Amino acid sequence: MSLRIVVCVKYVPDATGDRKFADDLTVDREDVDGLLSELDEYAVEQALQIAEEADDAEVTVLTVGPEDARDALRKALSMGADKAVHVDDESIHGSDVMATSLVLAKAIEKTGYDLVIAGMASTDGTMGVLPAILAERLGVPQVTLLSEVKVEDGKVTGRRDGDTASEQLEASLPAVVSVTDQSGEARYPSFKGIMAAKKKPVEELELDDLGLDEGEVGLEGSWTAVDSADERPARTAGTIVKDEGEGGKQLAEFLASQKFI
Amino acid sequence: MAEILVYVDHVDGAVRKPTLELLTLARRIGEPVAVALGNGAADTAAVLGEHGAVRVLTAEAAEFADYLVVPKVEALQAAYEAVSPAAVLVPSSAENKEIAARLAVRIGSGIITDAVDLEAGAEGPVATQSAFAASYTTKSRVSKGTPVITVKPNSAPVEAAPAAGAVEALAVTFSEKAHGTKVTSRTARESTGRPELTEAAIVVSGGRGVNGAENFAIIEALADSLGAAVGASRAAVDAGWYPHSNQVGQTGKSVSPQLYIAAGISGAIQHRAGMQTSKTIVAINKDAEAPIFDLVDYGVVGDLFDVVPVLTQEVQARKG
Repeated sequence: MSLRIVVCVKYVPDATGDRKFADDLTVDREDVDGLLSELDEYAVEQALQIAEEADDAEVTVLTVGPEDARDALRKALSMGADKAVHVDDESIHGSDVMATSLVLAKAIEKTGYDLVIAGMASTDGTMGVLPAILAERLGVPQVTLLSEVKVEDGKVTGRRDGDTASEQLEASLPAVVSVTDQSGEARYPSFKGIMAAKKKPVEELELDDLGLDEGEVGLEGSWTAVDSADERPARTAGTIVKDEGEGGKQLAEFLASQKFI
Repeated sequence: MAEILVYVDHVDGAVRKPTLELLTLARRIGEPVAVALGNGAADTAAVLGEHGAVRVLTAEAAEFADYLVVPKVEALQAAYEAVSPAAVLVPSSAENKEIAARLAVRIGSGIITDAVDLEAGAEGPVATQSAFAASYTTKSRVSKGTPVITVKPNSAPVEAAPAAGAVEALAVTFSEKAHGTKVTSRTARESTGRPELTEAAIVVSGGRGVNGAENFAIIEALADSLGAAVGASRAAVDAGWYPHSNQVGQTGKSVSPQLYIAAGISGAIQHRAGMQTSKTIVAINKDAEAPIFDLVDYGVVGDLFDVVPVLTQEVQARKG
């Protein structure tokens, strides 16, 4: 029986660029380059490895986002995913995690799945709660923040490294998994992979296709509101000294003046 | 006065500091009612009462340890239904954020994570957050349902505010979903005796410049002289010099201590994302052009192998 894996990926503004908020206090996507969130590459990698281990598996990458978000899907397809689903609808702009997760859950159900895999967090919002919310919405087990993951005999197992302990987890499929950057280096797309990706199917979906209403998404359908976003004032230039034998002592003097010692 | 549900982070009854900070913030918007779950839950009552909890709802069940996240969500939901609070506050940690998020879905409420401050507003609590590696400060609120807000450690002072702290047993019935993800084994992290990284008032971190696992001893020695936690940059962790659990940055822990000392760390954006909200930042680096120096209150351009041991000695002498 075929194993259907859906990987949720996000197109995010490049963290090394100048990230900003737009006038409507949503993330500015116009003035900064976007890319597949680095943490989602680990999710794609684990999906591909699980698919390679399985007798018969299909990996679908899914994203919700504007037209440019196709770039994130292309990257995942060129790494080796089989097909892509792109939910692109203007009314989704400005959705918070609750509204976005609603769209994702509907798209996952429509696509059909045995396993959903996501990164541990996006590199822009950095909330880290979407996988848990998806599990709640889909009504399936969450097996999240895994540094090791394995799928066998209809079960997913993995290791979760927490603050105070390392846990081994086990759940039956269908399930939602999220992986950390410790799960294993993500592969680079090969030239062959990049060429093949151009021919892979990308299904385009709009809200209507998911049975959702405009009022359930976007700024209006979100369950949180951002009232202000202010650029943090630049730090005032600190004191910088060159160590000529006294650097350690000077630093101790500073720490004492600040009452740290 | 409106009641505010505060989820208690504790280890076998010992309450972790971020929960006490949360009680300070909870008192700004109402009257704190604490929820403590699992082994030792009732033992938390005394310290929670000293810090303002009027009631402490407790539940013990094997499910909390044997299954992941959902049993705690269901207990918190039971507390929510029993109390009808004006807000639910949860100390931020990876697991706690998941608990808060699933609760929010269940009760039809919006969620705000990693707040660094909280105040009462005309339309409910207003949360301050840092965005884009702390280059922005935002103010947000929950616009639907009962606000569920997770708060980062070191966001408020711990203040004594004696209250009753009356222990009440919380009745919880687990659904089938609570048994969805089994914890088949658990290995406790070995204690280093140092403060927990995200909670520590002082963090000393080492990076690529430390140049070897064995050299982290000098970072640890400085940390110990200051009573600090030890952090590491991703470069140091990827090189295998220090455990991933100590990684500070976008893919590791986010820290916000009173004092952050970066030794041999250049300050890539991914690292800055995890430490930029630190109150005072100090760096030691050979490269005067390193971007970390843009952030510092005090920087030393020099070899960390020269500077750090002298600093450690000075700290010890002054504390002597």
